[in-house]
Amino acid sequence: MTQNADHVLDHFDLFRGPEYQEMLANKRKMFENQRDPAEVERMREYAKTEEYKEKNFAREALTVNPAKACQPLGAVFVAVGFEKTIPFVHGSQGCVAYYRSHFSRHFKEPTSCVSSSMTEDAAVFGGLNNMIDGLANTYNMYKPAMIAVSTTCMAEVIGDDLNAFIKTSKEKGSVPAEFDVPFAHTPAFVGSHITGYDNAMKGILWHFWDGKAGTAEKLERKPNNSINFLGGFDGYTVGNLREIKRIFSEMGIEYTILGDNSDVWDTPTDGEFRMYDGGTTIAEVEAAVNAKATISMQEYCTEKTLPLIAEHGQEVVAFNHPISVKATDNFLMTVAKIAGVEIPESLAKERGRLVDAIADSSAHIHGKKFAIYGDPDLCYGLAEFLLELGAEPTTVLATNGGKDWEKKMKALFDSSPFGKNCKVYPGKDLWHLRSLLFTDPVDFLIGNTYGKYLERDTGTPLIRIGFPIFDRHHKHRYPVWGYQGGMNVLVQILDKIFDTIDLATNMPAKTDYSFDIIR
Amino acid sequence: MSVANNESVADIKARNKELIQEVLKVYPEKTAKRRAKHLNVHESGKSDCGVKSNIKSIPGVMTIRGCAYAGSKGVVWGPIKDMIHISHGPVGCGQYSWASRRNYYIGTTGIDTFVTMQFTSDFQEKDIVFGGDKKLAKIMDEIEDLFPLNNGITVQSECPIGLIGDDIEAVSKAKSKEFNGKTIVPVRCEGFRGVSQSLGHHIANDAVRDYVFDKLDPNKAPLFEPSPYDVAIIGDYNIGGDAWSSRILLEEMGLRVIAQWSGDGSLAELENTPKAKLNVLHCYRSMNYISRHMEEKFGIPWCEYNFFGPSKIAESLRKIASFFDDKIKEGAERVIAKYQPLMDAVIAKYRPRLEGKKVMLYVGGLRPRHVIGAYEDLGMEVVGTGYEFAHNDDYQRTAQHYVKDGTLIYDDVTGYEFEKFVEKVQPDLVGSGIKEKYVFQKMGVPFRQMHSWDYSGPYHGYDGFAIFARDMDMAINAPVWKMAKAPWKDDSQSKLLAAE
Ligand code: SF4
Ligand code: SF4
Repeated sequence: MTQNADHVLDHFDLFRGPEYQEMLANKRKMFENQRDPAEVERMREYAKTEEYKEKNFAREALTVNPAKACQPLGAVFVAVGFEKTIPFVHGSQGCVAYYRSHFSRHFKEPTSCVSSSMTEDAAVFGGLNNMIDGLANTYNMYKPAMIAVSTTCMAEVIGDDLNAFIKTSKEKGSVPAEFDVPFAHTPAFVGSHITGYDNAMKGILWHFWDGKAGTAEKLERKPNNSINFLGGFDGYTVGNLREIKRIFSEMGIEYTILGDNSDVWDTPTDGEFRMYDGGTTIAEVEAAVNAKATISMQEYCTEKTLPLIAEHGQEVVAFNHPISVKATDNFLMTVAKIAGVEIPESLAKERGRLVDAIADSSAHIHGKKFAIYGDPDLCYGLAEFLLELGAEPTTVLATNGGKDWEKKMKALFDSSPFGKNCKVYPGKDLWHLRSLLFTDPVDFLIGNTYGKYLERDTGTPLIRIGFPIFDRHHKHRYPVWGYQGGMNVLVQILDKIFDTIDLATNMPAKTDYSFDIIR
Repeated sequence: MSVANNESVADIKARNKELIQEVLKVYPEKTAKRRAKHLNVHESGKSDCGVKSNIKSIPGVMTIRGCAYAGSKGVVWGPIKDMIHISHGPVGCGQYSWASRRNYYIGTTGIDTFVTMQFTSDFQEKDIVFGGDKKLAKIMDEIEDLFPLNNGITVQSECPIGLIGDDIEAVSKAKSKEFNGKTIVPVRCEGFRGVSQSLGHHIANDAVRDYVFDKLDPNKAPLFEPSPYDVAIIGDYNIGGDAWSSRILLEEMGLRVIAQWSGDGSLAELENTPKAKLNVLHCYRSMNYISRHMEEKFGIPWCEYNFFGPSKIAESLRKIASFFDDKIKEGAERVIAKYQPLMDAVIAKYRPRLEGKKVMLYVGGLRPRHVIGAYEDLGMEVVGTGYEFAHNDDYQRTAQHYVKDGTLIYDDVTGYEFEKFVEKVQPDLVGSGIKEKYVFQKMGVPFRQMHSWDYSGPYHGYDGFAIFARDMDMAINAPVWKMAKAPWKDDSQSKLLAAE
């Protein structure tokens, strides 16, 4: 018996004990009808080959380990960024349980969201009654300032009309007529969570700016000097938005962050649960129509939102998740130009510090090969940064990346000598990437938590940058935007590089001549 | 911490009743009426907990429940390790449930084992419009090509499948034939069916019956020689290794476990099970259906057991042994005696730190009652409990064997109700899921996830109880809970300062 009270063994130690090992081996041998270990080994080796890769890439129907989620997740992300707003997802309730869990596992924070709990009868008769009751209950229980509606597959497939349903619900007194219920159809069989972000954000702006679904006057734009900021779907939203606020204040820019979820996903433990915290207010959203311009940090998260804003006469600019020095330079100069302000000396100094850090450490990164996967803008920003560090983003993959993104990535590769051997893979999944890591090996992999399976199978060290990160804590608190963000990314990459060298050189009398104390 | 310390049972009952009334006030009238039926204060001697259950959740109230797909793919089928489970429909459902349930297993993932992978048909608009059957057929071809060592395939239907009229049964049948009788199981677990995960369990159980048992080849050579001591573990999902720390006890008492359902399970084990002499059933809610079926069809008796905490473990080992001869009965006594010193040491260490602490639970379909004994072994008291997807037979078991007079009962609790209950009752510990965890921790209330064991475990069996006790102590007695209030805002402390 290995378990003991003085030193309680956890699962990772407990099951390594001889009695468990014997038991498990016996189970396998006697009852599982297991495959011949030699055959398993043969297949494992075969899955590393060029031939297997070709078969794998010939897949037309099956998706294995994709790096994307569904639209309503993005809609929930948007909704919680507005003051006292509760996301209401019209459709079946299981999906909502999943979105809430997903965000909570990443941010280690509660995520409040309700569902209209449609079941079989709603599949037959439509979900109108669920909407009517649901809005009334949510309104009474959670006293929101706004309820932001989106849809699950179910409501989309049966064709529920949100605009009409919300109108009817108001007529039936679910919520007061003037209460704000912006909405967006977010079919999960189109696009991904970033599409959902786009649709939901657009839905909210359309609601407030364009006459509240035909129930109010459209807002008339009275241009001012303010700038709107859209972060896009971002696992680092807590750290990033705070960093952006700091930078904008430093620059003396008047700004509105549209969808500021940095507080609601970072509430204190002080004895009180805050279902709502911070967020863009309705007054701010309304005033945002008057802004001079809107900046999107992630082009592919705002493909429909920006045109809507542009229609209102604002200048719109989209970036691709800037991380590199050059990208942040460009971001700051663009913003400064639009706002008519100077970039303060303090930011020039921050820039200098990042360049200084790169100069100090780039020898360790230079020439290293990386595979990156994630959302399209994040991939772009990371690849751009790696090129700047003299590294090669050899393999860049986005399951939710499209043709435009592919073109853009190629242009980026062409712009740098380090991009020569780099390839982009739109629409592919992590099983494709597994093949690539065998046939075209790289030194490091950058991706979310699920990359750990690739690390295990291919031996490629994983640097965890992306969404979701479930198995490391608090990463979302550190920005990856601005020069300070670039610094954080640099340090994270370096840490992994040094750890990997140390691991390879710590065998006494074998490799430890290189176990250097200074690197 | 608990305010209930000096209250009599009558006081507690009165307070809980009042609390329920107070909470109901927040709802519109119609909703209040419906919710009232799901909330109660337990009266000892009653045959159930006096709440309605397994009824549709009310729209907009923030139910904690999931769906039938979660019950089938997430609970019953997903852990069968040598089969490939296709999340059939759009990408989301499979993505959010990808590897998050901690069903431990041994095997080479991606080669002969597939539990922590996400296979999806990733439906696009055209699949919705034109149907997905052709795509499904092609997916099966591609699976055979790329993962030839799989031992079978299941199709886990997501919401759209049942709405667009796809015939996954026909596709599965045709492909099974084409692949020489390979087990291919279509499962109609669309999320809109039923009212929670529960119907998904049932549908998944039925699919085992129809597509595994009914297709068994009677002429197939058996994998092993049957023995009089063959049992199958039913309804243990091996969360953090639970089934392993259970199996070891059954084997130590002289039984032979021929199948695990479904944690670390394989298709062969499902097929073995009709040869069992006894099915031992841990999660009654999710697998009673197939146990009853095996009883009717194959004459295999089944026996519910509870491996949380030494009292219930000993009781259960004896109950299981009672189905066998003296050799096994002696084996059970031997096992109980063997672990007694460990249990004594665990209780000696942790009970003094946990004595009298109050717990509120809200979990799935089994644990809201099953873990009560383990808490009591540590001197703790469960003062409130409720289920996400129990049926009345669960509430009967709860009332008759587990809860105390005056316990607050909440079925399909809403976010609002749960928060208010905890705020008023002020337990020392809340045990529930990931969606609830941070709500209560913000309030300064210690919390443990009771679905995933908060990434710890196993909690089953004697080895598991040591971890359970350590974890509860760690949660409740962590220094962090004393820091929630800033000292300059903490009334008691500032008064102390003033007096000095
Ligand atoms: S894919 Fe559809 S059914 Fe699945 S979680 Fe997303 S919205 Fe829900
Ligand atoms: S123990 Fe509870 S949560 Fe687990 S499978 Fe059974 S019903 Fe579900």
